[in-house]
Amino acid sequence: MIREADDTLTIYERSRPGRRAFSAPELDVPERPLDELLPSECRRDKPPRLPEVAEPEIVRHYNRLSKRNFDLDTGFYPLGSCTMKHNPKLHERIAALPGHARLHPLQDAHQAQGALELMWRLQDALGEIAGLPHVSLQPSAGSQGELAGVLLTRAYHEDRGEHRTKVLTPDTAHGTNPATVTMGGYDVVKVKSDADGNVDLDDLSAKADEDVACLMLTNPSTLGLFETGIEEIERIVHGVGATLYYDGANLNAIMGICRPGDMGFDIVHFNLHKSFTQPHGGGGPGAGPVAVSERIEPYLPRPQVVRRESSTNGKEPFFDLDYDRPKSIGRLRGFQGNYGVFVRSYAYIRSLGAPGLKEASETAVLNANYLLARLREHGVAEYLPAAYDRLCMHEFVLSGEPMRRELHVKTLDLAKRLLDHGVHPPTVYFPLIVEEALMVEPTETETKETLDRFAAIVATILKEAREDPEIARNAPYTTPVRRLDEAGAARHPVVRQAMQLAGS
Amino acid sequence: MADPSYPEDLKYHPEHDWARIDGDTATFGITWYAQDALGEVVFFDAPKVGADISKDQPYTEVESVKAVSDVIAPLSGEIVAVNDGLADKPETINDDPYGEGWLVRVRLSDPSEADSLMDCTEYQATLE
Amino acid sequence: MTRYTSVTDTDLSEMLAAIGVGSIEELFAGIPAGVRLNRPLALADGLSEQEVFEEFRALAARNVSAEDEISFLGAGMYDHYVPALVDSIIMRSEFLTPYTPYQPEISQGGLQAMFEYQTAISELTGLPVSNASVYEGPSAVAAAGYVAKYTTPGRRKFMISRGVHPHSRETLRTHAHAWDMDVTEAPLSGGVTQLLELGDDVAAVIVQQPNFLGAVEDLEAIAGAAHEVGALAIAACDPLPLALLKTPGECGVDIAVGEGQSLGNRLDFGGPSFGFFAATEALMRRIPGRIAGETKDVDGKRGFVLTLQTREQHIRREKATSNICTAQALNALAGVIYLSWLGKRGIVELAELMLQRTAYARERLTAIDGVTPLHDKPVVREFAVELGAPVGQVLARCREQGINPGYRLGRDYPEHADGLLVAITERRTRADIDRLVAALESAVLAEREAVGVST
Repeated sequence: MIREADDTLTIYERSRPGRRAFSAPELDVPERPLDELLPSECRRDKPPRLPEVAEPEIVRHYNRLSKRNFDLDTGFYPLGSCTMKHNPKLHERIAALPGHARLHPLQDAHQAQGALELMWRLQDALGEIAGLPHVSLQPSAGSQGELAGVLLTRAYHEDRGEHRTKVLTPDTAHGTNPATVTMGGYDVVKVKSDADGNVDLDDLSAKADEDVACLMLTNPSTLGLFETGIEEIERIVHGVGATLYYDGANLNAIMGICRPGDMGFDIVHFNLHKSFTQPHGGGGPGAGPVAVSERIEPYLPRPQVVRRESSTNGKEPFFDLDYDRPKSIGRLRGFQGNYGVFVRSYAYIRSLGAPGLKEASETAVLNANYLLARLREHGVAEYLPAAYDRLCMHEFVLSGEPMRRELHVKTLDLAKRLLDHGVHPPTVYFPLIVEEALMVEPTETETKETLDRFAAIVATILKEAREDPEIARNAPYTTPVRRLDEAGAARHPVVRQAMQLAGS
Repeated sequence: MADPSYPEDLKYHPEHDWARIDGDTATFGITWYAQDALGEVVFFDAPKVGADISKDQPYTEVESVKAVSDVIAPLSGEIVAVNDGLADKPETINDDPYGEGWLVRVRLSDPSEADSLMDCTEYQATLE
Repeated sequence: MTRYTSVTDTDLSEMLAAIGVGSIEELFAGIPAGVRLNRPLALADGLSEQEVFEEFRALAARNVSAEDEISFLGAGMYDHYVPALVDSIIMRSEFLTPYTPYQPEISQGGLQAMFEYQTAISELTGLPVSNASVYEGPSAVAAAGYVAKYTTPGRRKFMISRGVHPHSRETLRTHAHAWDMDVTEAPLSGGVTQLLELGDDVAAVIVQQPNFLGAVEDLEAIAGAAHEVGALAIAACDPLPLALLKTPGECGVDIAVGEGQSLGNRLDFGGPSFGFFAATEALMRRIPGRIAGETKDVDGKRGFVLTLQTREQHIRREKATSNICTAQALNALAGVIYLSWLGKRGIVELAELMLQRTAYARERLTAIDGVTPLHDKPVVREFAVELGAPVGQVLARCREQGINPGYRLGRDYPEHADGLLVAITERRTRADIDRLVAALESAVLAEREAVGVST
């Protein structure tokens, strides 16, 4: 038996035979022999070796685990591209109302009018924010929204008798984009970025031909920069009959300021766990609704939430799930999507309203530019210059290349040393086109003081690195564990608890 | 292997692969530069004995914790042996890239292809 | 400022000065005039927290939830009792608000929870490797299909049983179309899968356990048939019955997936829940999703990290095993807490309780004149009957008595136009079942009389 320090014992290692938290109620129906109901050849010989613990131990175990996690409610979390903005506490209270939480997805539409109306109104609001008329809430997360976009594109072209084979993505694209292209049955073609961090229009022109089905674009880009050539991009892409897809990961920069639909995008996906405050949950749940133009509407997933207008006898509008969609791409998942996420996101939209959403984006952009300016002031720019010398949007990218060259401290080391200062590091090593990249997204819900403090921390770490680079290189020191052997974990993966054979 | 090394008796491909030629068979691997760029190797996706591989085309992958790299065939032929020891100790590719870290042995289909490969001096020049 | 932002006038002037611009508007100067929105969004003004709460309470009041009726509705999601400790743990800020554990040193809580979850799923399915979650049941089937596509290159067909959830079959079709692969359906006979001739063009055979009609399938035979032609065997499983049933792993299945909602998650009108995904050792480097692995830190202390990341989109990009990024971590955490709460003996007791009550319900319902079982195969927690009367009307009568008898099979199985799928959970007591029987009995009688069927 491995003797681990108590604080790293697993729930299985805390188990003891006989302990339990749940006991089934007394059988209240006549008991029939097990063999009669389930012949022995159908049955497993041994039960699953789940833990054997009583309630206090379960609670203590997971509570203690939770204290080995850094989280957004506790500290600054400027993870670029993830939009770690505050999760309003009201939303949990609303989502827990039994009328929402205990509603079965196959309940009759007449008995789910509250839910269907909520979904319909959310669709309507998202459509207005995107500037596109038709919305499907079905996709489970941003990646599934991207897949929806690619499949919708495919259906659109096929319906016109065309079989295109390529999808264009910028070299700054988030990894989900090319992965989605392959899952959508297309080949990826990369488009270069120019010296200002925008899509290289010449390269785009050269690669946009009639075999291209779609261009997937994030705007602002993953560099945090607005594509100033967006009108020309739209002309080029639509000029060859391809669709223009908007990856909504960076929507937080533009709500109420400009809209992808107005820029000419045909398909937009939203990440409700980014701009719309669904808590990140340690890696989900989220939701990835899509908004589309009129010409893409017929292909939307099945079912769609619709409002059937009141009939002549004066009845109220009736919200329903429409399955009669002959050109639909079909389903991406079961039922109608992550409703619990819709409840929270729509509550946010109702809380903020039009003025609040615009203010959120303005403040996100203000905070990012302010932080960038403060980092320059502290002399940080010498070692961590901005990758592009221009105003940013809601996030910005720094390059740690000078720091690596002159101080022999890599972006990774800086990130690890930040952990000792009680902040979550920014995103590291993305986007790929910036050397030793550090992508910082403060979001609008942070105070000026938090931003000042972060800039001061970075300056402190750099000063320390100039004196002794070894400190950062061996950081962190004060976290529950220090640097971990990831190579060992990948060479000989141990992905589950080994159980003792005896007595199991 | 801590310091860069490029043995003189090997031929090199610009995509950072080496070949040790012995008559009509050759042994392939990746160079010091390649293993250094990759970082600690965690997995070698062993191809099958008997498979045909083509010069300049990827024939397998090598993975580190944070990266995957295609391995390019310097010459064409049929795989006659694969280094099974790498399944248990893929880090051998880092420690001894030209010796115990060899990847495959191949029966060459066109030995004259070797003329287009570089020697160690020419290859090192490309690294500057 | 709203209640979620903090920029005062003083802050604003200091910040603009530091940036070197005169106004916020200047920060957006780079946006071409032609795409600027020159009006407010056509959305209402914001509301106070109290107003929002009242509005959403009113919306909730217009839904008839499992709180408001005795429901036997299942068909993929089930009204189980979720113990209070699940909520209190997953609502903790430290689990609720962080993102994916990219910095493992400060994410040991989440990573260890993933490791414990993976272990539990491995135990349930009898397969050694589990990931840390995928979205839900039907898309997990498609994800398994994607693995099969990769591991049997060149094969263009999926054989999926008609007993697999209709949503899963449709989801697979939607995905497979993009892969230029066909989906062929294996029919049901006597309630279970009848495997047609399998050619060597089949990448995977997919069945559900128990199937949509509640019947226990012979996974071993199906897996054997798949392997004989070099295809993968994939089983979409309901997790609680796995406490009793022979595991997919023992039956030779290569990939077991399923809908995890029954494990500690709410109905939530269909989501969020989680999908589980478990596979053989041979497939470990090909499966999608995050995987937590055990390792040590520089001081020799035990720790956990995301491992085998080279499978994933952020590294392998266009060649990734999936595009999945955000998954369902919080819901999977609820799952492992729930499984720990049930425990090794509790899960068996729960499954046996459902087994006995299901048998009781099936026996009593099929004793009603006109009602016949759809099949006679063993069932665990759900079963199907033919009502012998127009099902829509029967259901309407039952609803009037506060009973929701179950799912209309005719919606997805035209061959069972009068079929009803009845689900039993631990929340449906004998008294509830007796009420169901009484309501159905009188409803069926009334409807049969209405259409002139002699009793």
